[in-house]
Amino acid sequence: MTDAALGRVPREFRRSYLGEGSTLLSWLTTTDHKRIAILYAITITVFFFIGGAAIGIVRLELMTPQADVVSADTYNRLFTMHGVIMVWFFLVPSIPTTFGNFLLPLMIGAPDMAFPRLNLLSWYVALLAGVIAIVAIVTGVGDTGWTFYTPLSTEYATGHVAWTALAIFVMGFSSIATGINFIATTHMLRAPGMTWFRLPLFVWAMYAVSIVMVLATPVLAITLLLVMVERVLGLPIFESTLGGDPLLFQHLFWFYSHPAVYIMILPAMGVASEVIPCFARRRVFGYAFMVYAMIAIAGIGFMVWGHHMFVSGQSNFANLVFSFLSFVVAVPSAIKVFNWTATLYRGQITFEAAMLYALGFVGLFALGGVTGLMLACVPIDIHVTDTYFVVAHFHYIMVGGTVSAFFAGLHYWWPKITGRLYPESWARFAAILMFFGFNFTFFPQFILGYLGMPRRYQVYPPEFQAYHVMSSMGASVLAAAYLLPLGYLMWSLFWGRKAGDNPWGATGLEWQTSSPPPKRNFLATPRVMAGPYEYHPAEESPEAAGAPMSREPHRSQGGGA
Amino acid sequence: MHATLPLFPIEASVQAGRTDELFFIVLGMSVVVLGVVAALVIGFAIRYRRGSPAKRGPLPPLISREIEIAWTAGTLFTFLFVFWWASSLQLAAKAPPADAMPIRVLAKQWMWKMEHPNGVREINTLHVPIGRPVRLIMTSQDVIHSFYVPVFRMKQDVLPGRTTTTWFQATRTGTFRLECAEFCGTDHARMLGSIVVMSAPDFALWSEAQPESDSLAQKGAALFRTLGCSGCHATQSAVKAPDLAGLYGRAVRLADGRTVKADDAYIRDSILQPLKDIVAGYQPIMPSFAGAVSDADLQDLIAYVRSLKDGGTP
Amino acid sequence: MSDAALREPWEDLHRQREAARLGMWVFLATEVLFFGGLFLGYSAMRVAHPAAFAEAARETRFWFGSANLALLMTSSATMTVAVRGARAGFAGMARWCLLMTALIGIGFIAVKGVEYHLDLDDGLWPGPGFALGMAPGQIFWGFYWVMTGIHAVHLTIGIVLVLRLALLSWRGLIGLRDNPQMPVVGLYWHFVDIVWMCLYPLLYLVGRT
Repeated sequence: MTDAALGRVPREFRRSYLGEGSTLLSWLTTTDHKRIAILYAITITVFFFIGGAAIGIVRLELMTPQADVVSADTYNRLFTMHGVIMVWFFLVPSIPTTFGNFLLPLMIGAPDMAFPRLNLLSWYVALLAGVIAIVAIVTGVGDTGWTFYTPLSTEYATGHVAWTALAIFVMGFSSIATGINFIATTHMLRAPGMTWFRLPLFVWAMYAVSIVMVLATPVLAITLLLVMVERVLGLPIFESTLGGDPLLFQHLFWFYSHPAVYIMILPAMGVASEVIPCFARRRVFGYAFMVYAMIAIAGIGFMVWGHHMFVSGQSNFANLVFSFLSFVVAVPSAIKVFNWTATLYRGQITFEAAMLYALGFVGLFALGGVTGLMLACVPIDIHVTDTYFVVAHFHYIMVGGTVSAFFAGLHYWWPKITGRLYPESWARFAAILMFFGFNFTFFPQFILGYLGMPRRYQVYPPEFQAYHVMSSMGASVLAAAYLLPLGYLMWSLFWGRKAGDNPWGATGLEWQTSSPPPKRNFLATPRVMAGPYEYHPAEESPEAAGAPMSREPHRSQGGGA
Repeated sequence: MHATLPLFPIEASVQAGRTDELFFIVLGMSVVVLGVVAALVIGFAIRYRRGSPAKRGPLPPLISREIEIAWTAGTLFTFLFVFWWASSLQLAAKAPPADAMPIRVLAKQWMWKMEHPNGVREINTLHVPIGRPVRLIMTSQDVIHSFYVPVFRMKQDVLPGRTTTTWFQATRTGTFRLECAEFCGTDHARMLGSIVVMSAPDFALWSEAQPESDSLAQKGAALFRTLGCSGCHATQSAVKAPDLAGLYGRAVRLADGRTVKADDAYIRDSILQPLKDIVAGYQPIMPSFAGAVSDADLQDLIAYVRSLKDGGTP
Repeated sequence: MSDAALREPWEDLHRQREAARLGMWVFLATEVLFFGGLFLGYSAMRVAHPAAFAEAARETRFWFGSANLALLMTSSATMTVAVRGARAGFAGMARWCLLMTALIGIGFIAVKGVEYHLDLDDGLWPGPGFALGMAPGQIFWGFYWVMTGIHAVHLTIGIVLVLRLALLSWRGLIGLRDNPQMPVVGLYWHFVDIVWMCLYPLLYLVGRT
């Protein structure tokens, strides 16, 4: 934007959102979506490390075949804690509540979310849920695993099952509020010219994930409520001795928990779809297909829950149908992998840390995806379900996929969020370390699983020890790779170079305002003139080979002034 | 630390060979797809790094909507092929052969109780002959467990209040690990057992050597009298209740017009929830025995009713 | 007055109202799935034990349930009048109708409270002292308490929201005419009413044909 344009705007409108007050109270009462994103980021980081610490002890215990670090009950509580915290307090809120909150209004050219106060409320609800979760942890979480299967959870488990369930129940309100906000914002607050098919894929991902959140979370809420009611008030719902059905719980639980996987992976797909075109300097390949693929994943994702229950005793016919739908839902995911790959074709690729994370995401997600296909085959699933094979598979999707993408987004948007550049070499090192640490940790678990090592086992046959030791070693590498960014990103807050408005030369609207953005995001409502990834003319490359390498995008989506 | 690093579990059942075959085919396809994706990503990353001399310019006409449709269709058909194959395998393997040897399994925190057709009971160990199909009829006394024998590639959840079945046919003698695969509380990781597969003569010898014990059906018959079932269900009884002789396996017409098969689940339901399925022509007068009979008792009673199908009278 | 209702980040009230309505509809979709899970569980159990459910359901108090149905349907009518009236500029009528809606809601809770009391006296809380013999009957009553309890919580929230609007408007702190909260609270109230219309046959009419 030009100096003349800036000159017309009063100074208080130009001040960055970070400068709008620095007292704790100003943060705790803010309705600015950017500040709420920061609040969420701090909260989920704390939970990420709590969940990580729990699994750290588990991996230490698994170094030897015998039980030698913790008791059986403690072990069971630790993996329950790891699952509950990581799924509901880190992965589900991770990308939507941080990058989604921060970027959705910026990307569509809006001054804020549709319901800013609801947005803040959602954070307080999440905080309350977190406090309940911590109370449950300190006093002993229920040893049910994160899946809460009845009648173990309603009757037999020790520990505070009801508190653990209550924490998740309350967290659900936060998810729902976020989803409602995103949907209303996307519908009602797009800047002039921002048509649906000009939305960046990240916004599409947020829209798709919001729909899943809004429609799946309530089913989890009622399911956990029924568990709490049965456990605390003694009202029989699932009680099998009275004619209740333990499978009813599983159907209800997985009706949420399978779509929940898509709550975790769709935002990751959105991030990759922003980062890869930017550093490849290419339009994303097959934009419309990418949009349809996300909608298809969100929709079909609701109809595959039964593939978690192939050995549960559900009918053979149900197994067939769910197996079929699981293959169908894999098609759009495969299309996305092909399209990201094709986006690289004839690009001008550079390898900043964000790009390395994004490429790592594609690889790990692809591996998680093909092992998912194996699990969709009923005979293979009968053998490997509830073993480390499944554990490895979903960690490839959720950690290899979602967490890698989270770090890709963190590095990509860090200059926009903080106005500072992170140290590039450190970041590249951490990205590579994370990729190898991850594979080192989880690849051996595929072999372990096929060999017949059940999950949630504290003691195991000695011939599996080598793989467990490998996995634990890898986990410590992975832990280092997670701690590293915490260090250098904090460092960059104080000593990092100033970033400038658009350090990567990206085309999105969020890069057309200052870094960090002012409170109302844009000094004037942006006008959108183009699609999201116009890094080069429709049929051509951005620059002839050997031409001067400018960071300027070929054509940004629009401008504010 | 163990001396050798196992890479692949041995195959000890008919099902194991089939599962592994499918697994290797899908694995091969996966390796090819992943290899292509990895080669393209790395290849493009090197060839089209910024400033490289590779040709850029307009895209060749081939790279367009058509290729997108082509790989969507290609992926879909590949997946459908794998689905078809996996499902046909599943359907073929689901039903146990008619002559399968029935073994009753009762799971509880944290042990397995097995019972042979001749009444021999075992705890955490199951002896079976090689080459003969074995059908497991399982239920749980408390929480959900899962009967998992990795070398058989066989797993089936064991539920409270329900009967689940699965079967296997061992192809290799030896002692194999049985594990509980569904998290079931404190000692889940210690809910282990072993499956001892023996040659037919060895199994016969082992079976001979077991102490005599009442068969399930005999115990069921005793329960049938002590619980007072015989008061109504015996043929000479004054109260009109359905005759159980020859009932097992037959189709039963119900008062509401439905027809159900008198299998394990039906008999179990009839004992626990008599009002659920009223037999046509009878009054709903039977009290529920829920809470009065244990899961083990139920197995005995069902075995007894089953024994009546060959012409016995209650 | 209408400017007071305009909030960040909106520039005109019309779009703000639209957004609030959209948000409420999405929330109601959530609620449908929430109760949907409950209804699914109920249906699965009823299909498994039709006779026991019919017998257990005969113990519910038909006239209490029916009276409450009538009350809630009346309250939906007054709510509609309040929302439409406010839109047409009849602020006084809107306020009175809001108050009436809330009072009828409180009446519902009162009837329900008496009914609960009688149910408890009759030993209809599942567990060791349960009055009915059949085991699956306990599951019916489990659902009865959960379903009516959740509905009562929803209704209580509705009463608070309606009373709040009425009081704030009486004190002159908000206008009702363009206020986005009016249609939103209206939608919520009707939804809670509809839930009762679904619960009523499931809990009170089963086994009475």
